[in-house]
Amino acid sequence: MAHRFPALTAEQKKELSDIAKRIVANGKGILAADESVGTMGNRLQRIKVENTEENRRQFREILFTVDNSINQSIGGVILFHETLYQKDSQGKLFRNILKEKGIVVGIKLDQGGAPLAGTNKETSIQGLDGLSERCAQYKKEGVDFGKWRAVLRIADQCPSSLAIQENANALARYASICQQNGLVPIVEPEVIPDGDHDLEHCQYVTEKVLAAVYKALNDHHVYLEGTLLKPNMVTAGHACTKKYTPEQVAMATVTALHRTVPAAVPGICFLSGGMSEEDATLNLNAINLCPLPKPWKLSFSYGRALQASALDAWNGKAANKKATQEAFMKRAVANSQAAKGQYVHTGSSGAASTQSLFTACYTY
Amino acid sequence: MPHSYPALSAEQKKELSDIALRIVAPGKGILAADESVGSMAKRLSQIGVENTEENRRLYRQVLFSADDRVKKCIGGVIFFHETLYQKDDNGVPFVRTIQDKGIVVGIKVDKGVVPLAGTDGETTTQGLDGLSERCAQYKKDGADFAKWRCVLKISERTPSALAILENANVLARYASICQQNGIVPIVEPEILPDGDHDLKRCQYVTEKVLAAVYKALSDHHVYLEGTLLKPNMVTPGHACPIKYTPEEIAMATVTALRRTVPPAVPGVTFLSGGQSEEEASLNLNAINRCPLPRPWALTFSYGRALQASALNAWRGQRDNAGAATEEFIKRAEVNGLAAQGQYEGTGEDGGAAAQSLYIANHAY
Repeated sequence: MAHRFPALTAEQKKELSDIAKRIVANGKGILAADESVGTMGNRLQRIKVENTEENRRQFREILFTVDNSINQSIGGVILFHETLYQKDSQGKLFRNILKEKGIVVGIKLDQGGAPLAGTNKETSIQGLDGLSERCAQYKKEGVDFGKWRAVLRIADQCPSSLAIQENANALARYASICQQNGLVPIVEPEVIPDGDHDLEHCQYVTEKVLAAVYKALNDHHVYLEGTLLKPNMVTAGHACTKKYTPEQVAMATVTALHRTVPAAVPGICFLSGGMSEEDATLNLNAINLCPLPKPWKLSFSYGRALQASALDAWNGKAANKKATQEAFMKRAVANSQAAKGQYVHTGSSGAASTQSLFTACYTY
Repeated sequence: MPHSYPALSAEQKKELSDIALRIVAPGKGILAADESVGSMAKRLSQIGVENTEENRRLYRQVLFSADDRVKKCIGGVIFFHETLYQKDDNGVPFVRTIQDKGIVVGIKVDKGVVPLAGTDGETTTQGLDGLSERCAQYKKDGADFAKWRCVLKISERTPSALAILENANVLARYASICQQNGIVPIVEPEILPDGDHDLKRCQYVTEKVLAAVYKALSDHHVYLEGTLLKPNMVTPGHACPIKYTPEEIAMATVTALRRTVPPAVPGVTFLSGGQSEEEASLNLNAINRCPLPRPWALTFSYGRALQASALNAWRGQRDNAGAATEEFIKRAEVNGLAAQGQYEGTGEDGGAAAQSLYIANHAY
């Protein structure tokens, strides 16, 4: 420990820090459009659309070709590998369309879960092999940030110390490798909402997990100013009978963060984890109105909570493009307002907005 | 890990948090008057005074008889065990005098350093045995906070992983025990300024040490909102040939803290570590003017840097007591301003103020 060997030059640090700040500037957040092929299958099945590459391309095209004003609400988009190479119907690469709108392009880098033997069905995440080379290639292709989702669950004997340790370590390795290749790592240690535990228990677990994550990032010499955090909000388990208000969720969430996340981290972009579109927005708004000190930007990195209405409006039909784009834009704007604590609940959301998007033991 | 067993009730947490906030209220800091008998020997021998209990009492009386001017700049005083039970010339216990000024009383509870075998002269700190009972008694005797000093040093192979781990762990045990007894723990992981290392090296080491400290505090279920941190400022080693400005020291210090100290910690009270009185004030001032966002109070917990001039003015003579007290009040007020970034600096300090107070390998 006595000697230090700087992991990054001053120029590398500045580049990473600038990218991170751009993504979360002025109430902007992230569209998580990085659903894997299998996960898109789940989505499309709900609207009875076949899971073909073309259908996946069409849906993403509708989202990405929305009016340029989207760049006031969306600072970054996370893509799945396949999507990085797809084009619109005029042959223009999606990633270039996004960059021209001033949106930072990101890529999902993890390769799914692998079981941890000797645990109660806990997992670690794969994807470190050849990661540096993959990052270097993505950077050449215009990508500026990465995302890696680790999963922890609350249950009997879970999360175990092994699961916490191992996932924190893998996240830190991934983050270190990203930064070496000029990519800002989004660090996602998701404590999933499955279970009947209450809000306090989720807060306790979230604090332990985040403490381990930041210790690991420090051990691995990760430059915090060039990272973003994508945590779960602190909520009760889905099967918990007690109901909590957005203010309670906000207080538990910000308390957990302010006990564990150093001020050097520029932004925290919450995952929506199965919350309805409206709940995800209301909770984010309450978080930004929470009276505790909040030295980081508190924004969103939503998948389902930005796309549910849009998917419903699309229904697989090109003719619904305008309605789809409107539905998407509406959620994007709402969440951007919530990221500034300025969201005013209209109560006029469609059925898809309030419908819980919970899928048990969710994997992308 | 899966189940939480709350270490503290809501009332206990509130009491601790209130005490901590009172100590570091805007413009206030701490007078570290907890020099052990051995440390006082060194101080008194420098002014040719015999190290008797009476002389130590007379000297502390000089400090504690300061008038109401100190109310706005001193939030807490750390006592040594002997002093907690001493009285002034009129038979009034020092504890009462301090409390009557609305200042919080603290107590040093560690029992000094002991060697770590197999290391390059590194140490841990003892004092855990019977600590809970001692804290309970101190609480009854008027103390509301405590202090425990760990020491680390920078050299070719230090601080070692063991020294960091062991000192962080012992600090966390001490903190946990204090809180169980209604006492706010000041956590002091001092990295000595001995050596010829540069500013960057000190910053690197400080970040590693603080990350370990906060991980240990999390592991030991310590309530961060009811603690204070007493770190070294990030400075070059005393034998380093490069000179740095207060602004450079401030930037390195605040950067290190932003990367490691969760926003939940209400205050950071720097040790002066051998800096001259004026240096300690100028650096604290620069820290409070640093352009990086700072979510905790940044103030002082100074021993030598508050007392050097007073000690020199006193020289063991009762007749000098008034003048000596004035010197103390002067430094207290200056540091109160520095804690708000409002100190303009004099440039005309007395001999003692600018004289470096560095003593090699300082142990209190």
